Amino acid sequence: HGPYRPHEPGYGLDQPGYSPYEDEIPDPQARMLAIKNAKAYLLKTSTRSGLNLYDHFANILTKILDEQPANTVDIIENISKDVKWAKFQKKMDTLRDEHLIPPTFEAAEKCKALFVKEGGEEEREEVEEEMPSLPNVMETAFYFEQAGIGLSKDECYYIFLSLKNLINVQPIQTCRFWGKILGLEMNYIIAEVQLREGGEEEETGEEGEETTAEGEKEMGEAEEGEEKEKEAEPPKSTYKPPPEVPKEENGTGTNKYVYFVCNEPGKPWVKLPPVTPAQIVCARKIKKFFTGRLDAPVVSFPPFPGNEANYLRAQIARISAGTHVSPTGFYQFANEDEEEEEGGGDTYEENPEFEPPPVAEMVESLATWAHHVKGILNQGRCVWINPSQKSEENEEEEDEEEEDKEEEGEEQQEERGPPLLTLISEDEGMKDLPAWTAQASTDLIPQYSLAILQSNRWPGAYAFASGRKFENIYFGWGHKYSPESHTPALPPPAQAEFPSGPGITETADPTVEEEMAFKAAQEEALAGAEEEEDEEGEDD
Amino acid sequence: AGLSPERRAALGASLPLVQRDYRFERVWFWGCIQGVRGAYYIAEGLGPDRAAPRSRLYSLNCLDWSLLTPATKEMLALAEQVKGRFQGDPSFEYSLAEINAEAAARLIESGKEPVIKEEARLIATIEQIDRAVGIVPRGAFVKTPLGSVHENRHFEGLSLVEAKKLSSYFHFTEPVNLKNKTLLEKADLDPSTDFLDSLEHDIPRGSWSIQLEKGGTVVVLRSLLWLGLTFYHVPMTKQFGYVYFGTGEKNLDLPFML
Repeated sequence: HGPYRPHEPGYGLDQPGYSPYEDEIPDPQARMLAIKNAKAYLLKTSTRSGLNLYDHFANILTKILDEQPANTVDIIENISKDVKWAKFQKKMDTLRDEHLIPPTFEAAEKCKALFVKEGGEEEREEVEEEMPSLPNVMETAFYFEQAGIGLSKDECYYIFLSLKNLINVQPIQTCRFWGKILGLEMNYIIAEVQLREGGEEEETGEEGEETTAEGEKEMGEAEEGEEKEKEAEPPKSTYKPPPEVPKEENGTGTNKYVYFVCNEPGKPWVKLPPVTPAQIVCARKIKKFFTGRLDAPVVSFPPFPGNEANYLRAQIARISAGTHVSPTGFYQFANEDEEEEEGGGDTYEENPEFEPPPVAEMVESLATWAHHVKGILNQGRCVWINPSQKSEENEEEEDEEEEDKEEEGEEQQEERGPPLLTLISEDEGMKDLPAWTAQASTDLIPQYSLAILQSNRWPGAYAFASGRKFENIYFGWGHKYSPESHTPALPPPAQAEFPSGPGITETADPTVEEEMAFKAAQEEALAGAEEEEDEEGEDD
Repeated sequence: AGLSPERRAALGASLPLVQRDYRFERVWFWGCIQGVRGAYYIAEGLGPDRAAPRSRLYSLNCLDWSLLTPATKEMLALAEQVKGRFQGDPSFEYSLAEINAEAAARLIESGKEPVIKEEARLIATIEQIDRAVGIVPRGAFVKTPLGSVHENRHFEGLSLVEAKKLSSYFHFTEPVNLKNKTLLEKADLDPSTDFLDSLEHDIPRGSWSIQLEKGGTVVVLRSLLWLGLTFYHVPMTKQFGYVYFGTGEKNLDLPFML
């Protein structure tokens, strides 16, 4: 054994009498020398990293003694690695901090901005007169929480505050938190809103401008067409696309409410465009995830007329029509005569004499719930319209064709959906699956339990009722449930080509030599025939 | 989707009792499968080896738990045939004759009835979900040279940059693709922490949705193949976990939806 035997630095090495190797190196002089040599070895700097073992061990032991983790000997290698790593961290520190700061703290700032209280006292007095109803999101969240549905309290409060901001910015009459739709990159928080009448007029103004712009475009195209006809052009196709079903007016049917979305509370609210029947019809045929960006294209077959904002709006319309329910009798028709009209009553009002049935009854029987949103017909609208009776801007061509269309139009039967306040017990189930599942929120405390409805057709749609309070909400991916797998529509078969025949088959034009040869052959044949006739004649 | 306060309180009371009764080292709430008439609440428990087959328990009310038998291959094969929602009643029997005549014939030959009970379907579904989409962050578990898997007490969480990458998360099941990696890739792996499949090569691509919530304080991964599975991790901390709240059906339309 020599003076360079490894032994632990630390306790007792320098004190005479406590060293474990006392008996091996009896001579104190030699032992001191051995110790010095050992320490010198430990202090030797590594040529690669500039560290030395002595300092490294000192750091490790300091760290271990400070933190005192359990079972240190099992993780000693990791601790050693961490101490080395920590040495280099300082140089990179500034860069890393700059990278990390933006996303987290930006979001925190946005959330903090929500909490800013607005306005002075004068504004408050004015606002109180016309205060639109801000829904009590926290109260609704409390009730839904009893059912085990909902977002965290923090998020609900942020949504509450952003709804308040929305109301201050837009001319809103009523507002409701509709729900949250999940997406791949970001989620959507959706508010259902009814604008005040001034706001709606602005929209129709915009629409009017749009239609005049379209009309101008059509005129422009017609002019170009006329010019083109002067040049020799291939014959124009006589295909006229089927007349477009006009979308419903704002404030009625599928466009009864206006929807605002935002990706996260704190971000600005974006208004969704009104939905057209073509979009609803197409949305029924496709099933796509939302990415979270409103301008993302929806790549699908049949091609969806619009981008993600339109698809989102169409799904919202379908979900609202399918799953917004209220206790039967809460709403009644405003004017009883309207029930008899073909279109069906579109307006309803709260029934002041409504007596809520007990919760147990609401859970047991689905007849205690009714839809208060009109169902969407196959056409894509809530009120059926005959598309051939459409526009008043008739050119002569269209007049002639209208007669044909009217005949066809009779074939399109008028569609009638279920009237407005239908009981949900009449909703069809799929195979063995009922359309709704009803539960009580708790069996243990029946006095305060709520009746909870879950939709099986649109997984994620919930409704609760407790006495006079009720609410609908949606948390999900935004798709309908189908027991069979989704089968996308096949592309239409390729158009058959014109059957080929001798009349239109291309053949090469005969060359001059071939023509001459053909002519010569014909003359020979003629000459031969004449000779034969002559011969026959001679025979006679 | 979530738990009502009543259920949360009940879980807090009943899970420690389960741990005591079955002598688990760790027991946790796995999730909830919603049936048409009721919901199943599932809990899992483990002994010291984290990679051992897990014991699963189910309850209809978060108070009384019943142990489920481990899944067999037969059960898994049969359960894949059954489609549609769970009914909510564990003794409900799906008639196999309608679903798969061959399997029904085989069962009849072997002397059993051609039915599959909902309980078996439940077991198979949980096993499938765990196998397909049960994930953990990289570095959270270490494999000892003896082969047993332990939590890495030195795991301090993923950094924000790492948390956004799919390759930082592993499936917590027997690795399938590990051996197929090229030698170059294998050289970079650390055998103590990289002994599982990462999420990068999941088919179809894009079947995970990664989102950073609250400006990066939490990273949430949602599986699109089994809708309802949510995994969360707070970067730079040890907190992570996953939970399933859904109908227990695989999303076979996924390729059309991306």
